[in-house]
Amino acid sequence: MTLYQRRRLVNQLALGLSLAAMVFGLFWLGWILFTVIDLGISGLSLRLFTEMTPPPGSSEGGLINAIVGSLIMVGLATAIGTPVGIMAGIYLAEYGRNTWLGSATRFINDILLSAPSIIIGLFVYAVYVAQVGKFSGFAGVLALALIVVPVVIRTTENMLQLVPNSLREAAFALGAPKWAVILQVTLRASAAGVVTGILLAVARISGETAPLLFTALSSQFWSVNLNEPMANLPVTIFKFAMSPFKDWQELAWAGVFLITLGVLGLNIATRVVFREKHKL
Amino acid sequence: MMNDTNEVLAGTAVDPLEVQIAFRNFDFHYGSYHALKNINLEIFKRRVTAFIGPSGCGKSTLLRTINRMYDLYPEQRASGELLLDGDNILERSVDVNELRAKVGMVFQKPTPFPMSIYDNITFGVGLHERLNKGQLEERVEWALRKAALWDEVKDKLKQSGMSLSGGQQQRLCIARGIAVKPEVLLLDEPTSALDPISTMRVEELINELKEEFTIVIVTHNMQQAARISDYTAYMYLGELIEFGVTDQIFIKPGKKQTEDYITGRFG
Repeated sequence: MTLYQRRRLVNQLALGLSLAAMVFGLFWLGWILFTVIDLGISGLSLRLFTEMTPPPGSSEGGLINAIVGSLIMVGLATAIGTPVGIMAGIYLAEYGRNTWLGSATRFINDILLSAPSIIIGLFVYAVYVAQVGKFSGFAGVLALALIVVPVVIRTTENMLQLVPNSLREAAFALGAPKWAVILQVTLRASAAGVVTGILLAVARISGETAPLLFTALSSQFWSVNLNEPMANLPVTIFKFAMSPFKDWQELAWAGVFLITLGVLGLNIATRVVFREKHKL
Repeated sequence: MMNDTNEVLAGTAVDPLEVQIAFRNFDFHYGSYHALKNINLEIFKRRVTAFIGPSGCGKSTLLRTINRMYDLYPEQRASGELLLDGDNILERSVDVNELRAKVGMVFQKPTPFPMSIYDNITFGVGLHERLNKGQLEERVEWALRKAALWDEVKDKLKQSGMSLSGGQQQRLCIARGIAVKPEVLLLDEPTSALDPISTMRVEELINELKEEFTIVIVTHNMQQAARISDYTAYMYLGELIEFGVTDQIFIKPGKKQTEDYITGRFG
């Protein structure tokens, strides 16, 4: 076998292995999606969006209180966690790159990023829920926001670091102060990446169950008061899916389907918006 | 100092020679590395001065001191005197942003900002002046005309600056620099990433711009230095070896070292 034949063989082998790995990954992903759609779509009906979570055994009932509760908590947690995350990410990438404080923050953030979410839930339970003696939507928001922050910090920092230094120098050379360089040039250059990071965070907290179990708990009723336990999709799904009641299980799958659809829809919408903007 | 013969040789006896920038016993360090050694040099107003020399000789470093670009990097420091219109700009009290409004810079690689062509130009202007919409539009057109880009982009000012070709992007960067109305324009190998036709356009542009701006250009291309500059400084290993009228440097250099480099014997 000549040198070139061997190289061709190695090339084909590597290509084959990569393809196999891709097929393996896609297979499970496809299966998951298929199951979600298959089981979720049958429970899909208009009453999901008009009726409350039902008591077991009734053929009626929907998920509206859980949907609204989830929207409120995910929305608020993103609104709180995103600015904090972006600003901390800016600090790490633009100001504290080689400082002691920067390295320490980065290290702690990495720990927070990989911390199991149940720990975050227990933490909020200990410092807030146990103190005020009451589960509440606000506690749920707090727990979810704590999950958002490290994800956004990480992606913001990484995306800002990808901006070539020559772009920063060009802005400084025009006599721009540092804040203007960051806000108008580097942050803008990495906007697509930063938004992707926010989306990742939203996708992640949309399905988080553990941190909500100890904080927002759940509720059978219409609940938009942040000071009361709040209904939400993940905990409802958890409760309903584990129950022996057929109608509850069906609702659980419908809830899973809704979350999947929501995250997917958000992703596609953002992509479309960004493509439009970049045409400019 | 320069005399009349030199001025005739420079071929641009438009207005009298006036020193705009002066380096006096100027040293520069990257950490512990002594990058520029005792530089003494005068750069004249509304002339093109070229810095030439082999890679690593310090010509870019020298250029980047004139707008204190090195301020961005804490391990870099300059000492001695660097006078701009008679004031030492190395002093701590000098506001670098104000300095950079007077001393613009264009880099090796085109660096359009991720915004529209129009916003690319107004970004710098807005930092130093408060202009109304009409004045801004006027300024944008003025800068783009000066950079010989107006005809190509006047119908798509709202398009992203990144959508232009490499040569257009570089002219956009020049327009962006002169829109702030600086006195000095620093060009750091502005054509090394461009094709020959774009290079030619930028060179023509430099020739026109020197009527209004003092231009300092770093170039690897000796023919370019000979074509466009009035004065040339030859540097080697962090030292200024020779400085003079370009024609003289290229036809009859005073030092053997300069001659060797220019004739291509090394470098």
